[in-house]
Amino acid sequence: MTIPTAVYLDHQATTPVDPRVLDAMLPFFSARFGNPASTQHAWGRDASDAVETARAQVAALIGAEPREVVFTSGATESNNLAIKGAGRFAREHGRGDHVVTFASEHKCVLESCSALAAEGLRVTVLPVGADGMIDLASLEAAFTDRTILVSAMAVNNEIGVVQPLAEIGALCRARGVLLHTDAAQATGKVALDVDAMNINLLSISGHKLYAPKGIGALYVRRRPRARLNAEMSGGGQERGLRSGTLAPALIVALGLACEISGAEMASEAARLVSLRTRLLEALRAGIPDAFVNGSLTARVPGNLNIGFPGIDAEVLMAALDDVAISTGSACTSASVEPSYVLQALGLDHAAARACVRIGVGRFTTTDEIDHAAARIVATVNELRIRTASAAAE
Amino acid sequence: MDTYLDYNATAPLRPEVVDAMCAAASQVGNASSVHRFGRLARRTVEDAREAVAALAGVASANVVFTGGGTEANNLALMGSDRPVLASAIEHESVLAAVPGTRIIPVDSNGLVELAALAGMLAESDTPTLVSIMLANNETGVIQPVAEAAAIAHEHGALFHCDAVQAAGRIPLDIAALGADMLTLSAHKIGGPQGIGALVMAHDLPLTAVLRGGGQERNRRAGTENVAGIAGFGVAARMAVDALSDMPRLAALRDAIEAKAAAVMPDAAVHGASAARLANTTCIGLPGVRHDTQVMALDLAGIAVSAGSACSSGKMTPSHVLRAMGLDSETAASAIRVSLGWRSTAADADRFVAAWCAMALRLATVRMTRRTVA
Repeated sequence: MTIPTAVYLDHQATTPVDPRVLDAMLPFFSARFGNPASTQHAWGRDASDAVETARAQVAALIGAEPREVVFTSGATESNNLAIKGAGRFAREHGRGDHVVTFASEHKCVLESCSALAAEGLRVTVLPVGADGMIDLASLEAAFTDRTILVSAMAVNNEIGVVQPLAEIGALCRARGVLLHTDAAQATGKVALDVDAMNINLLSISGHKLYAPKGIGALYVRRRPRARLNAEMSGGGQERGLRSGTLAPALIVALGLACEISGAEMASEAARLVSLRTRLLEALRAGIPDAFVNGSLTARVPGNLNIGFPGIDAEVLMAALDDVAISTGSACTSASVEPSYVLQALGLDHAAARACVRIGVGRFTTTDEIDHAAARIVATVNELRIRTASAAAE
Repeated sequence: MDTYLDYNATAPLRPEVVDAMCAAASQVGNASSVHRFGRLARRTVEDAREAVAALAGVASANVVFTGGGTEANNLALMGSDRPVLASAIEHESVLAAVPGTRIIPVDSNGLVELAALAGMLAESDTPTLVSIMLANNETGVIQPVAEAAAIAHEHGALFHCDAVQAAGRIPLDIAALGADMLTLSAHKIGGPQGIGALVMAHDLPLTAVLRGGGQERNRRAGTENVAGIAGFGVAARMAVDALSDMPRLAALRDAIEAKAAAVMPDAAVHGASAARLANTTCIGLPGVRHDTQVMALDLAGIAVSAGSACSSGKMTPSHVLRAMGLDSETAASAIRVSLGWRSTAADADRFVAAWCAMALRLATVRMTRRTVA
């Protein structure tokens, strides 16, 4: 067995670019460099054709039509466009002014909602259960006749729980409310179907899906049309919804990444669940009081969020420089505040501070899992002995 | 695919840029993560930030990476929360960014009218933001930015400059320009598409347009595009050296214009009386629509454009040329030819041969039509 020098287990923060995806991008860094808007010449048409092929690949993964896919710079931009765009359009056209979201959403969803609140819209942030799940009854109770949008993430970025989108979608449809879902962590990992789930807007991130950073997409339903105000104004690309020169290399990468993850979803899910189970069993065997955050059944295959009572996760991570794990969302990694997602599950500060997120991915091996588990167990127990002896002195 | 002369739409990537991007794309790591993979990504981002800062002469803390030039222009204008005065020849991403933007006229050479700017500022009683580009994307005309910025500052206005087309073609020094903010785009200087920057002369209070994780010092949320930023950094370093290639491109461009004029004396070069970028020419062929011209040249294997790429699908007469006082028929008979780092004398010759053949053929058609009529 070879012990890797460093094990990467932070796949909810970002994923490595799949070599197949990187290969597909490379021609667009050399001969095929055209601007897809330059359709008057061969370089532009070549780039435009590649963009349209990728658009179809992205659409196919979520059961959408190609023309319902808008390329963006990433899920943050997609979420901003979906939420602020839908909120502003509805308000300007007198269709309502109330938005519902949840306490465990990604920061960029909550911040986009705050931006709407600052503009005078009403925002309801519903709590989630101790298992991280949305409560459908409280969602239904939150609807008013002014409600225009619900934003509910498909898979949580910290605890990996999979929300019941089809049920949420049915509720929204019955009330004529748009459903936006931040599917950054879900796309290509759990099955998504915009029609079956009654989703009107869906955000996709490239770099959570083995494509590079800097690319994402927003699905915008055409029938019935989800109407949005654009965030970026300018050349009018992407049917006026997102101005700015398209990046064909990144778009081709996202397209292929969607195709690959769709084709390999079932087998990869089984492999990741077995790796995660192996990891969890080893951690529980070595640290019997370890506790898991979020439902283990309704959960994306590659995610584990686990707490070790009495341990400061920051200290654990610092001691574990050969195993890359995290305390939660990367965006707020530098923050000293414990995870607001874990607090939304009802964990107090001390418990939330004792938790780490471990993200298993496409290139993770059994050896890496065994190595990481051994290192985490040893380090946690070492830290506990150190704390105990410090207390004894 | 043979001769590419549409560098103002997008430029081929420099091989050094591709190398840097492949190296960065082969690393895993979110630049905001605190573990070693994250720290490595952070180092890549900060190295590139220094290179971009150096290109514009600002402190690296004042570089905000964005998804491109459009987003940077939008951020500068939307984020400043001031009424905007913009020149008539700005890119759509400036003109469309903020509702109620007032337009500063330009003269027949395509130069912004400074007296009009001063007059508009004198009338305005609120702190304003003035946005004037450094060099125009369609004509290459270089604007009197330092003078305009001085006027803006006299009236207490902030000054933003879209330097997307100027970067790597004329020196960029934010202090000499007097700008408070400058927009840059990687893919116009041999870097990748999908990355740009708004750089600031000093720490300005900007409201983020994209909200979320608080990246880029709370000025632009979203996971940093590490590979794109790495490529931008290399392209920014190379853009400084690229200035020494401009006399060569100017000679190629001047030869194109001279030969075109020799064959078709009524061909007009728009903006030719003003100082221009060395790489750009906007040539009008009276009586022949620009879409007919670019199509004929495309068939000959030569890529040029009928104006800005964003709107080239629409084929409407250029708002830039209209602002210079051209009637819509004349404006709709101009094409843009733009050269860059890989352009050769052979490319220029092939363009001239194809353009002259086209011009003579279409001119004959026109004369025949007139005779028949």
